[in-house]
Amino acid sequence: MSLLTPTIRPSVVARLNPVAKLAVALIVSCALLLSIDWVSAGVALLLEAGLLLWCGLSARQFWLRTAPVWIAAPMAMITTVLYGEDSGALLWQFGFISVTEGSAQLGLAIGLRVLAIGLPGIVLLATTDPTDLADGLAQVLRLPARFVLGGLAGLRLVGMFIEDWHSLTLARRARGVGDGGGPRGAARRFFGPAFSLLVISVRRGSKLATAMEARGFGSDEPRTWARPSRVRAADAVLVGIGFAIAGIATSVAVWAETWSFILA
Amino acid sequence: MLDTPPFPAAHGGEIRAVQIRARDWGWRHAGRHDQAVSGLDLQVMPGERVLLLGASGAGKSTLMHALAGVLGDAEDGDETGSLLIDGRRAAEARGRVGLVLQDPDSQVVLARVGDDVAFGCENLAVPRAEIWPRVRQALTEVGLDLPLDHPTSSLSGGQKQRLALAGVLAMRPGLLLLDEPTANLDPTGVLEVRDAVVRSLDHSGATFVVIEHRVEVWQDVVDRVIVLDPAGGVLADGPTREILSRQGERLAQAGVWVPALPPRFPTRSPITPAPTLLRAEGLAVGRVPFGRRAASVVAAGITLNLRAGTATVVTGPNGAGKSTLALTLAGLLKPAAGTLQASDTLAAGIVSEPHRWRSQQLLTRIGTVFQDPEHQFLAPTVRADLQIGPRALGLSQAEQTSRVDELMHRLRLDHLADANPFTLSGGEKRRMSVATVLATRPRLLVLDEPTFGQDSRTWQELVILLAELLDEGIALVAVTHDAQFINALADEEYRLGMPDPIRLGTGAP
Repeated sequence: MSLLTPTIRPSVVARLNPVAKLAVALIVSCALLLSIDWVSAGVALLLEAGLLLWCGLSARQFWLRTAPVWIAAPMAMITTVLYGEDSGALLWQFGFISVTEGSAQLGLAIGLRVLAIGLPGIVLLATTDPTDLADGLAQVLRLPARFVLGGLAGLRLVGMFIEDWHSLTLARRARGVGDGGGPRGAARRFFGPAFSLLVISVRRGSKLATAMEARGFGSDEPRTWARPSRVRAADAVLVGIGFAIAGIATSVAVWAETWSFILA
Repeated sequence: MLDTPPFPAAHGGEIRAVQIRARDWGWRHAGRHDQAVSGLDLQVMPGERVLLLGASGAGKSTLMHALAGVLGDAEDGDETGSLLIDGRRAAEARGRVGLVLQDPDSQVVLARVGDDVAFGCENLAVPRAEIWPRVRQALTEVGLDLPLDHPTSSLSGGQKQRLALAGVLAMRPGLLLLDEPTANLDPTGVLEVRDAVVRSLDHSGATFVVIEHRVEVWQDVVDRVIVLDPAGGVLADGPTREILSRQGERLAQAGVWVPALPPRFPTRSPITPAPTLLRAEGLAVGRVPFGRRAASVVAAGITLNLRAGTATVVTGPNGAGKSTLALTLAGLLKPAAGTLQASDTLAAGIVSEPHRWRSQQLLTRIGTVFQDPEHQFLAPTVRADLQIGPRALGLSQAEQTSRVDELMHRLRLDHLADANPFTLSGGEKRRMSVATVLATRPRLLVLDEPTFGQDSRTWQELVILLAELLDEGIALVAVTHDAQFINALADEEYRLGMPDPIRLGTGAP
């Protein structure tokens, strides 16, 4: 398995058009970013949880991939509860740290929001092959092929950066400048290889560009696509579900009178 | 020019071999003072198979890029004369010409084998229904029997080059250009690629031009040799055998591997006694993968004795862990299991496990020449870079300068003292990377594929230098696929996967 050819288990979600998935993630995020309250985020998260069961990730994959969000959400929550803007009844105080009803609610709203926006984003991405996403962006959204395919080909170089970085750090040790020198030495050991890596990467990039050009890429002539990227009924349904989640979450929050429009 | 008929569409119909015609053609890269190519007059008839030779800097690659139409426009350089493909400017002959380059890694465009082969067809606007049959046919022609969704990242070097070839063949070009396509491959990879090319040419009848230092790979495939003159124009042009016998001497001097004129092997005078410097016992080697704690072992059960004045070569198939073993012996990676111990002669008063030495303590004990010389360059000029080691040792300014001057002279780098190491030619980079290591006079030298892609002249210089170092009592361990290198230098061969090292004759055959 690698970054560019993830092993994706066949599932309903894996067969959907990546552009539709991207649209859903964007729709839900936009709706949730308009307000900071715990009801809308909680409702969205609840509805999403139902969908995530269909995503085709194994339990292990799911927890592994989404681990960053599960760490980030409580962190964001605790920080806001402790240091967030105070309002309402004082619940607990220690020095300048104070927990009030307002800050607790705000913390809950932020924590749920990180989950409600982060989880579907990561899960949808984990079930999407980058090549399919590029096909979708170019064929469905009509983004310029030069930009989309250039980016996709460039992504392949990332794996090589890691290899190069490893060799560069070993080479510095071999050349007698791999340790010592205190913090200044440490800084030099980071920026030195970083510069070499930049030079090596730029070269690799330009070689790749030549190879692509030699295969007829980058002209203004029209091109065809070997892999069709089609929007099917199921994709429309998915986008509909996205709007439904956003709509229901917003409506419930407005009905519960917790909706607080951030621009208001 | 305007009333020439358009090229037949790239799709549909037979492949038509192209004709090349250069009239007093020349090219100067933007920002350079000297012409890369000048005064070139040349005609290649449809279906001809040509080997293009010439000294480094004679403009072979520039000509190839020009023929492929990827040299750029007036912004990238100045063109003189004309270079025509079937009567059209090369840049307009899109899809008629296919080019495969040297570096396997930087030619893979997409993540899956089938998609990568289809890429060129898509760019030429071949209808979708026609692309996939072409992709399958091209993969069959190059002998890559893999599912279309096989990840390209897991291919070997030889497979990647055949993939690049398939991507080009699927475009059905009338002219196939190969720019040192096998320089970075092991012997098996070289034959894989060569045979795939021959198969496809027999099938398509396309015109063929290849650049390659190692003449023996292609001499039976091509029917004509053209030698470019670094001073401009063509030095020699004619049937393969005739040119190789008439120009052999001169070509060999320019670094071409002429089969009839193999490089000479240096005579060795082995030292006695030859004390052990480093000993591996039941050693397992592996790298710690990104984000993990434990090393994943690639080779185990290695028992080796590296002695002063002795050359040991490490051989074995790709992926057997040769480079990892080299890096471990060099004290750069921690052994995954087993022991690796420096003798008192080598350790000279410090702990005996090389991976526990400080970076600066390694300098006078073990020197490492990396497979890619660029990985070990640290300073903006050759001179400054060579001084890094001696300075880290705390040598006096005078001693630093004298060591660096001597090395630059010995390795013919004097005229490049102020050049940036990254701008050197392949052979110069290799010499430079060896010089950086020798500057601190280590007692054990570890080299990873030191002769990969080198021309015969650099090869010869390198082998002579290493033989001298061995006679001075330095121990040498080299990972290599190069049979000639092994014949010339190796005293012992350690084949990964075999239990014991093989004793070889000392030095010259």
